[in-house]
Amino acid sequence: MDAQAQIKQTVTSNKVVLYMKGSPKFPQCGFSNLATQILDACQAKYFAVDVLADQAVREGIKVYANWPTIPQLYINGEFVGGSDIMRAMYENGELQTMLEAAK
Amino acid sequence: MLTAAQLQSYITQHLACEYIKVMGDDGTHFEAVLVSSAFLGKSRVQQHQLVYAALGDRMREEIHALSMQTYTPEQWAKQP
Repeated sequence: MDAQAQIKQTVTSNKVVLYMKGSPKFPQCGFSNLATQILDACQAKYFAVDVLADQAVREGIKVYANWPTIPQLYINGEFVGGSDIMRAMYENGELQTMLEAAK
Repeated sequence: MLTAAQLQSYITQHLACEYIKVMGDDGTHFEAVLVSSAFLGKSRVQQHQLVYAALGDRMREEIHALSMQTYTPEQWAKQP
């Protein structure tokens, strides 16, 4: 299975997926850390993928969403945004609503 | 080293902005506030994609992170 097919399977078989650098316990980048903190503040259950562990996924995820940076959040298979967008949506409550609807 | 001023000029060469401010002095991490009519009717994801598209390969090769706040002129006028 190539990286694109693998990513598609991951984001469609898990309701909430965060592609990040490092793990939720040990984020390796400030932006990934912020993303996990926002999801935790929403009390969201999510599946985290460490892109540093797989070079093909690390490059493939940028192509998948036409988005050049990591972290990337997916809800119900849809790309929601990176950490800036997550923060903006958390501040206006949109993210909490989306996560609640995805439970 | 890439400066905030260079990054700003790269963006404005390909994206007309009513207002733009780029900050960051370590050469790889930047923050930007952008106001553009091109953002009208677009989702936040699409707005950021427009900026990324303006930067093209530089986004992959030179820039580690670009934190962005994007506004349409109307949204910007309502900012406190």
